[in-house]
Parts: sequence; C-alpha cells; structure tokens
Amino acid sequence: MSRLRMITRDKAQATVEDLYKDLERRIVASPPGLCPVDLASSFLKMCHAQTCGKCVPCRIGLGQLENLMEDVLNGEATLKTIDLIERTARSIYNTADCAIGYEAANMVLKGVKGFRDDFEEHILRDRCTFGLYQPVPCVSLCPAGVDVPGYIALVSEGRYEDAIRLIRKDNPLPAVCALICEHPCETRCRRNMIDDSINIRGLKRFAVENAGKVPPEKRAPSTGKKVAIVGGGPSGLSAAYYLSLMGHDVEIFEQRKKLGGMLRYGIPSYRLPREVLDEEIDVILSTGVKVHLDTKVGKDISLRDIKEKFDAVYIAIGAQSDKKIGLEGQDAAGIISAVEMLRQIGDDEYPDFTGKSIVVIGGGNVAMDVARSAVRLGAEKVSIVYRRRKADMTAMKEEVEGAIAEGCEIFDLSVPGKIETDENGHVKALWIKPQIVGPIKEDRPIPVDSGKDSIRIECDLLITAIGQGIESKDFEKDGIPVKEGVIDAFDWSGVRDVPGFFAGGDCVSGPATVIRAIAAGKVAAANIDEYLGYHHVIKTDVKIPEPRLADRLPCGRVNMKERVASERIKDFELVEIGMSYDEAMQESRRCLRCDHFGFGVFKGGRKETW
Amino acid sequence: MVKLYIDNKEINVPEGTTILDAAKANQISIPHLCYLKDLNEIGACRICVVEIEGINRLVTACNNVVDEGMVIYTNSPKVREARRINVELILSQHNANCATCVRSGNCSLQDIANDLGILDVRYKKELPHEKWPTDFPLIRDYEKCIKCMRCIQVCDKIQDLQIWDIANTGSRTNVNVSRNRKIEESDCALCGQCITDCPVGALRERDDVQKAFDALADKDKITIVQLAPAVRAAWGEHLGVSREFATVKRLVAALRKMGFDYIFDTNFAADLTIMEEASEFLEKLKNKENEKFPMFTSCCPGWIRFAKTQYPDMVDQLSSAKSPQQMFGAISKSYYAKLLDVDPSRIFNISIMPCVAKKYEAEVPILKDAGAGQDVDLVLTTREVQRMIRAENIVLEALEEEEFDMPLGVSSGAAVIFGVTGGVMEAALRTAYYFVTGENPDPDAFKDVRGREGWREAVFDLAGTKLKVAVASGLGNARRLIEALRKGKVKYDFVEIMACPGGCAGGGGQPIEDGKELAGVRGEVLYGLDRLSDIRFSHENPSIIKCYEEFLQKPLSHRSHKLLHTDHHVW
Repeated sequence: MSRLRMITRDKAQATVEDLYKDLERRIVASPPGLCPVDLASSFLKMCHAQTCGKCVPCRIGLGQLENLMEDVLNGEATLKTIDLIERTARSIYNTADCAIGYEAANMVLKGVKGFRDDFEEHILRDRCTFGLYQPVPCVSLCPAGVDVPGYIALVSEGRYEDAIRLIRKDNPLPAVCALICEHPCETRCRRNMIDDSINIRGLKRFAVENAGKVPPEKRAPSTGKKVAIVGGGPSGLSAAYYLSLMGHDVEIFEQRKKLGGMLRYGIPSYRLPREVLDEEIDVILSTGVKVHLDTKVGKDISLRDIKEKFDAVYIAIGAQSDKKIGLEGQDAAGIISAVEMLRQIGDDEYPDFTGKSIVVIGGGNVAMDVARSAVRLGAEKVSIVYRRRKADMTAMKEEVEGAIAEGCEIFDLSVPGKIETDENGHVKALWIKPQIVGPIKEDRPIPVDSGKDSIRIECDLLITAIGQGIESKDFEKDGIPVKEGVIDAFDWSGVRDVPGFFAGGDCVSGPATVIRAIAAGKVAAANIDEYLGYHHVIKTDVKIPEPRLADRLPCGRVNMKERVASERIKDFELVEIGMSYDEAMQESRRCLRCDHFGFGVFKGGRKETW
Repeated sequence: MVKLYIDNKEINVPEGTTILDAAKANQISIPHLCYLKDLNEIGACRICVVEIEGINRLVTACNNVVDEGMVIYTNSPKVREARRINVELILSQHNANCATCVRSGNCSLQDIANDLGILDVRYKKELPHEKWPTDFPLIRDYEKCIKCMRCIQVCDKIQDLQIWDIANTGSRTNVNVSRNRKIEESDCALCGQCITDCPVGALRERDDVQKAFDALADKDKITIVQLAPAVRAAWGEHLGVSREFATVKRLVAALRKMGFDYIFDTNFAADLTIMEEASEFLEKLKNKENEKFPMFTSCCPGWIRFAKTQYPDMVDQLSSAKSPQQMFGAISKSYYAKLLDVDPSRIFNISIMPCVAKKYEAEVPILKDAGAGQDVDLVLTTREVQRMIRAENIVLEALEEEEFDMPLGVSSGAAVIFGVTGGVMEAALRTAYYFVTGENPDPDAFKDVRGREGWREAVFDLAGTKLKVAVASGLGNARRLIEALRKGKVKYDFVEIMACPGGCAGGGGQPIEDGKELAGVRGEVLYGLDRLSDIRFSHENPSIIKCYEEFLQKPLSHRSHKLLHTDHHVW
C-alpha cells in the first residue's frame, strides 16, 4: 500500500476540462440581444451542477431559484415571484457556505436588479423585451457597420479592389483602419466557438496592400449645397467623403499644417506611415473636397462667417488639449505633454532625445506611443509610470508588449508623488509612491497606498499622457452648447438647439477610437444630407461571393508579426509585418460567414445601402 | 455552366444555381418545408439537407449554390437519418391533430412526414401556450406554427407592413405580432397573404362555416348569397375538378343544393360601383382646382385598412363609393327586399369572398345603411365555401350548370374583371368614357392597365382630357407608389390599389397551393369571361339600368349616397 498517490486525470475529467474551454469561448461569442432572464436561468442551471451537495441553500435553493425563473419564462409567475426570487437569492447569498453557492445567488441578484423590466415583461405580458437584431457579430460591433464577412469573402477570392470598395461604403479610411483600428469587430467573433476570432484587421491590411490604387466611387450630380467641416481628422474626413459623394460642396477647415488630425498628430508613423495616410486622404480629396489648412475657426475665421457662407456645418474638432497631472512643479522646464510631443512629430519635427532619461506618465495607447517614440528618438532610458497594474492598462496589449520589447521599463502600481527640479527649474526626477492593488470598483481594481517609501526616478524629460480634453471654449462663445466639457450633440449628430450645426467624434464622445470617429462622420453625413433636403443613398455594386461550403475544422488564428525590436527601434518605419498570401488565404477561409449561415440570412445579415 | 453530379447523375446548370434548383431541373426532388422561392431562402427547417462529398456536415440545398465538380447525394444514409430526425423534431413542437386541422390534406409538413413514413415521434411533445383573440378575422395557432418565418417574410418583403416578427430568443423563440403589440392593436391590413404562404395550419381565417349552416337552419331567415368575381376562378381548386369544369354556374348549383334561397352575383354590385365611382371621379374632374388628386379606388378593404393606418392624411382621396360587397348588402336589404316584399330584417346576407379583410369590413359597425342590421351578415372565404361543399358531400362531377337568380344575378364583363389587378380601373374608364362622350369606347380600349408588374401606369385620352392613371397590387407596391406621389415624383388622376399581389385573384381567402402563385392563371380566367360576355359595360347591365330607374334614380343621388357611399373618416 502506498501512503500517497499522484492524482491522475481520467478521460471523462479531461473531456470535461475540454468542455469548460469550449464553454468559455462560446460565452465570448455570445451575440447581443438574447433574453437575459433565459440566460440567467441557464447560468443558474450550470451553477447548480457545480454544487457539492453539502449545504441546503446551494443544493436545494439554487434548484428552486431555477424553477422560479422558469416559471417567469413560461408565463406562470406573478409579480410576487420576483419578490420570492429576490428573497431566496438573498438568503442563499447570506447563508451558503462557499462561493459556489453565494456567488451563484449573487448572479441572480444582479439580474433582478439589472433587468427587472424584462422579468416584469415576461410575467405581465408573457413576452421578452429583447430581440436578436444584430446577427452578424463583427458588423454589429463595428461602430461604422462595415460589411466584414463581405470583404473577407472578397479577400479569399483575391478580389482586393472590390474589398476596398466594399469597405469604403461604410468607412472611407480602410488603409488607416487596416493598421491602427482597435478592431472591436473581433471581440465576439463566432469563430471563437470553434477556436479563435478571425484576424479581421490583418485581412483588411492584406486587402489594402494588394488592391493598388482604388479610385473613389462616382460623385452624385452637384446639389449646389455647401457644407463646412471644422476639423480634418478621421471624423471630419469621413463626413467630407460621403457628403462630397452625395454631390454637396464640402470645405474642410483645419487648424494645423496638414490634414489627418490625431492620425497624423497623435499616432506615430511606425504604426501608421505618413505615406499611407496621405494616400488615403488624397482619395477623399479627389472627390472634390476643398481644404483650408492653417485656419483656426474662432481665430482665422469666425463660426458666424462659416454659418453665413454654408448650408450646414459639421464640427469635428477632436480632443486636442492635454490634461495636467496636478502636481506641484508641473509647469517646470522639461515637462511636456504627449499631445505636444506627438504634434511636433506629426509635422516631421523630430526632437533629439539622444542619451536622455525619460519618464512617461500614463497607461493608455498615447503613453505607449510617446514612450516608443522616445526610444526611437535616441533616449537612453524610458520609464512608464502607471498608477494601476500593468494588466489594467487601457492601452492595447500589443502596444504594451511592444513598448516592453523595445526596452521601456514599466513602473506599475506607482502614483506620481513629487516633481524634483534642479537649480534652473528643470525637471530632475519624479518621485513615485508605490501602491498595492485594492478592491475592484467599476470593473477595475483601484490602487491603494502601500505605505512604503517613495522611489526616485531620475529624468531629463517628463512626458504626461493622462488623457485629453476638448478645446470647446471658442465654440461655446459662439453659441454651441457644451456639457461636461464636450459638445452637446444628439446621437444623430445634430447639435442641441442649433439647427444646421452637427458635431461628432472625440469632441462629442470624449477621446475614443478612430473607428468611432469615422462612424460619427458617417452618421453626420447621412443626417446633414437629410437636413439639406436630400436622401442620397450610399451603396456599392460589389457582388459578395457565395459562401464556401466546407467543414469548419479548428485552425489556429494568424496573428500579426512584428519586426524584431532591436531593428525597429532604429527608425520610425512600420513595425507590424503584413500577412503573407498563404496566411491571408487560410485566415480568410476561417470566416464562418454569419451573413449567410445563421440568423443573418434571415434578417439583418447585410445592409446594402444607407 | 457548372458540371456536377447529383445522385450519380451528371448535371450541367448555370453558375449560381442553387442545389435545389439544379436538382429540380433534372427531375430530382429534394423535400423542403420552409423554403419559398425568392421570399424565404433561409434554411431554417433543415429538411432540404444534402450530403456533399468531401464535406462532413450536411448542407441545405435551398440556399447554397452548386460548384464545379460537386458530388451530391440527396438520399444518403446520413441525409435520411438527419431529415427524419428534423421532421420528428418539428413534429414534437407541432400540434399534429391533423383530423381537425383546416390544412389537413393540404399541408406541407403532413406531406413530408407521410412521405418519410414517420409513424411515431420519439421526442416529448412540447407545445407553446399563447392566447389569440378567436373573434379576430385572422387566426394564429401557436401550437401549429413551425417557425418557418414565411409569414414574417411576406409581410415584410411583399406587403411592407411588418406585422409579424420573431418574439423571444433561445428555446422560447416564437413568431408573434411585432413590437410586442396585440394583433388588434397592430396595423394588420388583413390581406391574408401570410395565410396563403403558411405551409401548415398555423394561420387561417376565422371559420364562419357553422354560422352559415345555422342561417340555413333558421326558417325565418331568407338567405341571400353573393359571389365575388375572383371566387369563380378558383373555387374548384383541390376539389378534384378541372378549372374548365368548375364554372361559376356549377358553383351556383352547389350553393343552391345547400339550400341558400337566392344566389346572386357580387358582379352586379361591381357594376353599381362603377356607376357611382366613375360618376364621382368625373365630378371631381369638373372641380379640379378644389379636389385632391389622385382619387383612389375603395373596393379593397385590405387597402382601406392600410391607407387609414399608414397614410391617414390621404383618407380624403379615397373614393366614397362602398365596396361591391357592401353595396350589394345595402341594395339587397332595401331594393331587393322591396321587390320580394319582405321585411328586410329577415334577409341574411352571406358573401363569398376571396378575402379575409372582407370579414372585417362586413362587421364595421356603421355599415348598416339599409337599416336592417349589418348590411352584410356573414362573409365566407373561398376556402370556407370549399369546406362546405366537402361537408355537404356534393358530387361535383354530377353537377349541372345553373343560372344566378334574378335580377341581382346579371352583370357585365367589366364587373368580372374586378377580380384582377387593374380591372376596376379598366371597368371605370369604360363607363367614364361613355358618361363623357355618350358613346361606348372599344371595350378593350383601356387594356394598357393590365399586366403582372406590381405597379403600372398608363395615360388615356378621355374626350380631350388627358388622364394619367396607375394601378398597384400588393401593399409594398402601394407604399412605393404613395411615397413617390408624396415626394412629387409621380402624378396621377386616378389610382387603383388592391392589397393582394395580382388583385383578388390572388386574394388571401383563396385556395392555397404551397409554393405556387396562382393569381396570374385565375386572372386570365376572369379576362376570358369578360371577353366572352355579352355585356362589356357596367352602364349597359339591364338590371343596373332598372335599379336606377325604379329605385336609385341616378348615380350620386341622395339615395345612392345613403346606401352606396360611406364616410371613410368614421371607420
């Protein structure tokens, strides 16, 4: 007899472990619009299967909760049932011995609070308020509603030019998005149910790189209407493109030397090469858009003048101002904002950081952009200071990894405490206060002072990247309503109480993503067109290939590769390497074509026009 | 062309052909249930699955296209097993009490299950329980719905009214009235097109057959039947007789056999409608500056319901003339009661219509202008009359032709084409021409309004006045036409609209043949009857002339207004 034995997994347990993984991936790919009560009830059934059976509340209570929820779903409950569900769940929460029980009850309690309306709808009218109206996950999660399955199918057939034309129906900046889009489309990809989401952005890049020059669609006959666009960033450019295609005369007013907004003055060229951006802008301008560079509205030309000369105005000024860190000495020499530095680079003025020690404060994409730019500008040492954990950074994972690979050091759980300056008033060091991770508030754990001694990080330059604000003062003076720092516009982009004025992008939403700015431009174009008394339809004649009939066997996702760190830090050339032909073909064939297979073939699978 | 093999047979079809069509073109039948060409190609029932060599999972034939070199099997062991299980699964959620189902014998699910020889369903029965107002003219039976989604599609794509939608998600997914409305609160036009496309008995008209038999049993009641134009083109379908044999005169004989006292023709009232509507239109033309154009026809209650819910601001433009059904009801309980010298309240008016909305129209509270209860007491669809014929065990083959009763059984060829899209317009123009010029035109002078397209237009010269007219059938087409009118893209003087595609010939109360659109064939029957008719003009119908002489005096008279016109703002 042996005193101890190794635990071995039998086949059944191994299979269950495998099923757990299947389920995890399945939940990731859960479409929006499902009945929350039905889901909650199903989750509860799984929770109940997890009970060990020792304690009453969990063993019996969860089952009874399940029965009550099913009564609600079957129209066999009264409003008192909700009360009983709540009391029972509370009791299980209060009395269950372990988390299997009390956390299951907690899920039910969250549901009763979070979608009580739907419980009531089921009870009172035997119906659900939810409906599955967004059957194609990638399309519904793309703010601009780009026809993702359509262009992936085109890529798989080598029809790259058509792919670009199809994308441009909803997004006039395919090349930009091919490189820097945060790809929300990939988050709930149904392919997750099999293996992993499709690398949608990578496929878009492949299409862009192989399509050659794709001319814009034909412009509609001129309407004679004039539209002014304030701000030549992604949102303004998008609105300009569609309005121009609709036949309106569009003029962009841009305060800087070049168009592009944050695409040029916020994103370094190693992520978005200038020539790619310029080419894309040229396509938009070739539809007949006029541009006034170096023209600041409110200074060089008043909003009133614009209003008089134009039939409609779209304000898309973005979020251009920087936020201060709020420490004593924040105005010392050697402290600059990320916005300032990236703006300079945008105009091709590259500062020399050779031999310098640099500290960057912040954990977003902008912080990574300045840190990685600083490395390329010759900095000897770059430190990134962030108050929460590295895992909590809002920057994309690949950006953080890129920065680390390029030699940036991350000081996470570190709150800036004090700025030390030299006798000339120049920054000399940043003192940081170490934190420990604390309780979770609003999905993120908050940092708590560790009580340990502050740490000194010596630096020649301190760059703050802790968010941006909107320069809305001049507009506010001219009667554009501002609420909590952003322009007060509706979701259809009309400015509240000011007819003829529309606004969108970062200046309305606060700093957000490129694709959201593009979407805002598209929405504005549609509603400006209606406002001007037209109903132009944006469409394309690109025919989408029939879906391939084949089994969808598990296959790894093609991830993007990067140039090796030691090479790429020497220049500002593109870091990411595009897919090879073989990779693109394999990846595009992984697409499940949710526009054809599933609910999409019935309703909402494809929006051909807008 | 694409070369492929189905069940070991080499087949060549054009690129882009679906597997189902490729098979069909080569006499290979693949069973399918939810599929309806061009309307519902969503692969929901998974009955039409086939096996393709090289692919492990099965593929639906209805909505996937062939590829070069494909090797397809429509009856492999894998297909057989899957098809049978899917039918059993559908049956597990279908109330298959076929003996008491209105679609028994004409049900695609029943056919498929029988063909597959399914004698036993191995799954637990799970029927949804939802309530439906049983007095509504359109009935949904949730227990029979197989969620094929066809009703949703026809209402969305053809009728553009979006009455049906998916309700709930997950296992409780159901088809129900859209946007969580009740059917009575919805804008349902009662066109009945969803019934026509339902492959099973989940949708049907409210069955009023027993009420008709009750009336026959009531000795005090004088039962008067009116027969709508389009009914005569369809009533024999599925009854085992040919279209040529199933003449209207044999239907008259069958109805007489059942015991109805008087059998008349709605066509008589259609002629009356023309007299009134043409006169109304000419009056409006005389007063062009103060009238809104176009004037819209008003004989289709589905269209009337649509107009009132979708474009309430245009109600003024509807002709005030009642539909032929309602004119007949009012005339029979006044003029004809007088001729018979009976108390009109003893008259029980039954109309046989190709339509579900007519059931609603007859029940509109104010439509009792003859003063003896509702002008029309009961409406039966063509399908209900077919059921009565079957219930009475009438041997159709032995029926001799019989004539309508007089005088309300006389009608013109102009009236019979009311049953087909464009017919009302054509009939009205024939008489309007006569009213204006005092001479008859060539009866086929206005045949340009005929056709199969959903929205047609024509220009005619009416004694020097240029008339621009349009005809639309199907409510989606009606909406397109009205939207174009409202945007100023088109301009018309007179517009005919019928709710059902093809007009009443394709009405929602007509016999059903799954997957077949019969409006065209039936319409041709009606045009043939017009061509063969001795009388081609409504104003030449001797019974009409007499009715005006003895009773109504002239079109738009005070009495005409009271009995034959209505205020559309009131209902």
